[in-house]
Amino acid sequence: MTDQKKSPAEQEKVGVYICHCGSNIAGTINVEEVAQWAEKNPNVVVARNYEFMCSSTGQELIENDIKEKGLTRIVVASCSPHMHEKTFREATERGGLNPFLFEMANIREHGSWATNDKEAATSKAKALVNGAVERVVHHAPLEKIPVDINPNTLIVGGGIAGITAALELAEGGHHVYLVEREGTIGGRMAQIDKTFPTLDCSACILTPKMVDVGQNDNITLLTYSEVESVEGYIGNFNITVRKKARCVTEELCTSCGICEEKCPQKVIDENYGAGISYRKAIYRSFPQAVPGYPVLDKENCTYFQTGKCKVCEQVCPTEAIDYEQEDKVITFDVGNIILATGYDLFDARQIPQYGYGRLANVFSSLEFERMVNASGPTAGHIVLRDGVTEPESIAIVHCVGSRDQNHNEYCSKVCCMYSLKFAHLVHEHLPDAEVYNFYIDMRTPGKGYEEFYHRLLNEGTHFIRGRVAEITDADRHPGEEGKLIVQAENTLLGIQQRTPVDMVILSAGIEARHDAEDVSKLFKMGCDHDGFFNERHPKLAPVSTMTDGVFIAGACQGPKDIPDTVAQGGAAASQVAKLISQGTVLMEPVRASIREEECSGCRICNTLCPYNAIEFDEEKFVSRVITALCQGCGTCVAACPSGVIDGAHFTYTQVMAELKGVLWDVQSDVLTKQEVA
Amino acid sequence: MKYSYYPGCSLEKNARSYHVSTMAIAKSLGIEFVEVEDWNCCGATEYISIEKVPAYALVTRNLALAAEQNGSTNLVAPCSACYLNLKKADHYLGENVDLRQKIDLALEAGGLSYQPGSLNVQHLLEIIAVDIGYEEIEAQVKRPLFNLRVAPYYGCLVPRPAAMGSFDDPEHPTSLDNILKRLGATVIDFPLKAQCCGGHMTQISEETALELLRRLLKNAADYKADMIATLCPMCQLNLDAYQDAVNAHFGTDYKIPIVYFTQLMGLAFGLPADELGFGSEIVSARPALEKITLEEPKPARTRERGKKKTDLPLPTRPEEG
Repeated sequence: MTDQKKSPAEQEKVGVYICHCGSNIAGTINVEEVAQWAEKNPNVVVARNYEFMCSSTGQELIENDIKEKGLTRIVVASCSPHMHEKTFREATERGGLNPFLFEMANIREHGSWATNDKEAATSKAKALVNGAVERVVHHAPLEKIPVDINPNTLIVGGGIAGITAALELAEGGHHVYLVEREGTIGGRMAQIDKTFPTLDCSACILTPKMVDVGQNDNITLLTYSEVESVEGYIGNFNITVRKKARCVTEELCTSCGICEEKCPQKVIDENYGAGISYRKAIYRSFPQAVPGYPVLDKENCTYFQTGKCKVCEQVCPTEAIDYEQEDKVITFDVGNIILATGYDLFDARQIPQYGYGRLANVFSSLEFERMVNASGPTAGHIVLRDGVTEPESIAIVHCVGSRDQNHNEYCSKVCCMYSLKFAHLVHEHLPDAEVYNFYIDMRTPGKGYEEFYHRLLNEGTHFIRGRVAEITDADRHPGEEGKLIVQAENTLLGIQQRTPVDMVILSAGIEARHDAEDVSKLFKMGCDHDGFFNERHPKLAPVSTMTDGVFIAGACQGPKDIPDTVAQGGAAASQVAKLISQGTVLMEPVRASIREEECSGCRICNTLCPYNAIEFDEEKFVSRVITALCQGCGTCVAACPSGVIDGAHFTYTQVMAELKGVLWDVQSDVLTKQEVA
Repeated sequence: MKYSYYPGCSLEKNARSYHVSTMAIAKSLGIEFVEVEDWNCCGATEYISIEKVPAYALVTRNLALAAEQNGSTNLVAPCSACYLNLKKADHYLGENVDLRQKIDLALEAGGLSYQPGSLNVQHLLEIIAVDIGYEEIEAQVKRPLFNLRVAPYYGCLVPRPAAMGSFDDPEHPTSLDNILKRLGATVIDFPLKAQCCGGHMTQISEETALELLRRLLKNAADYKADMIATLCPMCQLNLDAYQDAVNAHFGTDYKIPIVYFTQLMGLAFGLPADELGFGSEIVSARPALEKITLEEPKPARTRERGKKKTDLPLPTRPEEG
């Protein structure tokens, strides 16, 4: 169980560097005191404190000390290893040492940022530094493991983020598997009528890109499909996709659409149609769908439910309908993954006092978006739920489910702008209608966005600053009969205001996909507390995740408009392209290894390994780690009953030494108590 | 299930029917109510705003008695004002040390003491909707209230103490709706269900109170409610006793009976109407109760296409309760 190496005490020369991080650390921790105290450790040759250790001057301190003072181990106490472990390992290497003879103590996130108590923070910094010093003397030199990058890429989600990333990579000559859950790519942008602030027709700018995806030989498009499993690691992922049976033989289908036309079964289109229009049981979400083959929705198909009908089969001129078609399970290998799974709209039914689902003429923003779209259920006419009456007055309620402590605390970023767009579209379609926008703050940061707001101010929209309390059909005063009354405090006038209108549009916010957490587990990365996928760094690595080789783009990372989404799609593609052109990456040598001569062959580790990285040698009757597959999680190390599995860089000796170092000031007490017991 | 029971002054007199019907359904539901002995007034609505320390001492005396007599650590009040005052006292004494020291002194003079948080103060609606539950209520129904259109009226006090933890949505409560649905009644989506009845405004500014009452009555009438089901003696009294005054003031002709939800529960449980306090209301409930039929009405189908071909589909709401 112990490292059978030289007794390291007094043989290693440790250099300790305490970073001020400006005032981030030095404002709370007495860095000088920590450095002086650290120098008293018999292994420490030099302990310094410096304003910014990550600066080139800071790094040179390390390099020079290694050369001049003959240091053999380095400890830097600064920020999280996520930030700068790589920086200081490289400095250690430039000084002439193996980069793994370095240890980092996080005294910022775990110290100065966690408290204002200077004494406590200083004391904790000492403990962390001491732990690092005691650990680093047991470090062994390690070599990084080179891994080849498979040049193929998996992109999950065929919205504008996924489409952009797929085209960037494919046009650069790399192969892409684009997996989409629905029957067609296009995503949210395909549902939208016009885009703000330029009022481009959304479909007109989107569909050429969709066609490009469909025609690009470098893109394998898997629609109506979902990723079932992901195995492996950066450069070498093994992917399993379930291609659901759409009951249409793709090779035979000519996308003529006659099956859809003749299908007798009408279904409310909850998905693409936002619940405000109908589709058939065999359907394409919209005429420009890519691919153009329809999907047969078995749950609503008369034939699948009653055994009678088969109209689509009878009318199909190419015999492409196949009721017997089964799901296909497809496996392939990729080197990198981009997740672009998009968002869900906040369900306004969660705020019952706004009446959505209770009052017929309260519409969700997506319902209105479909309605005002020329390809929508009313061919672009703005009408009440009866389908004919044009409203004379419309209220648009901002921040539904956003900036609300009862629901989502964050701002959904796009609602102010799309609410302004709605107001404009109403003015355009119904010039005599009054439009009221109820807002908390008008948030229009973006190129041309504020100008668009000014345009609306001049178009005669009424802007009322106040969060809406309720929307009711309970009329109280003359003139309110038969209307929806929007009750809000006008905070600029300081009065309670009741605004009777014919129609209300709820500008619902953006939420993480309902199954985002399951997806994050599938791809072994994390979600933030709002459920969106977590980026590696909010500013400097916005499309990377904590899992190497897995990238994110678009609204799955947080609320975003189309320009930002497209930018992220491109950014993720360029991250992947970088890795593909590198060809190989160096992986952390943190791996398990089994001392075969001591292995009893119990095989406990074989089944526990989550990466199937342990094989069993029947002849020698011992287990063996397949280094390329091992992810260094440590499960086997902890589980081995004989204690013969070593986790490189996390050996028993290293971890125990660090613990003892951290607990330097309580050790004697603990020992005394143990002795008494 | 056993609860300490604090009836409050109203249930002794004007809301006698609330008390009687509560006791009657308790028997059916297997609830045991142990009345707090020697209880006193809760201070009603204004006192806490006028003289804080004596008001808190007054209401806390009841908490001290309930805790000492130990009928149960759950203290239930059917009256909304009593419930809110008891809950407020328990909550704020735990938060405000200064206030608590003063109240401790006051209680000590009477040989009492109270440790905030030692009782769980609940409204009657909460124990029926949450502790008993809708399934059990439905199981007791012997004579469903088919075709009776009821407006569920919560008033403002029960759903609102959100800061102290509310068992229902403070803006749009649904527990009473769900109870009444289980009784077989047709429950209207009453928009003003959590709005104010005027409280003691009848004594201070009658015109203000009458306007608030008018809104409630008008809205219930607009929705063709046969009656309003309430859970608060103040709401019941205002809507019932001032209905004539509203009609006289606004030239309207409302005749909407105001009953306690416990009376409707008792009726659905098959108990005789005269044992549930029916008849003591000013606007008689009899004509409305005569509308109850044996036959279940056909459920309204909202999501289907409307009568006209042009109708757009409506969003559905999840089934509640």
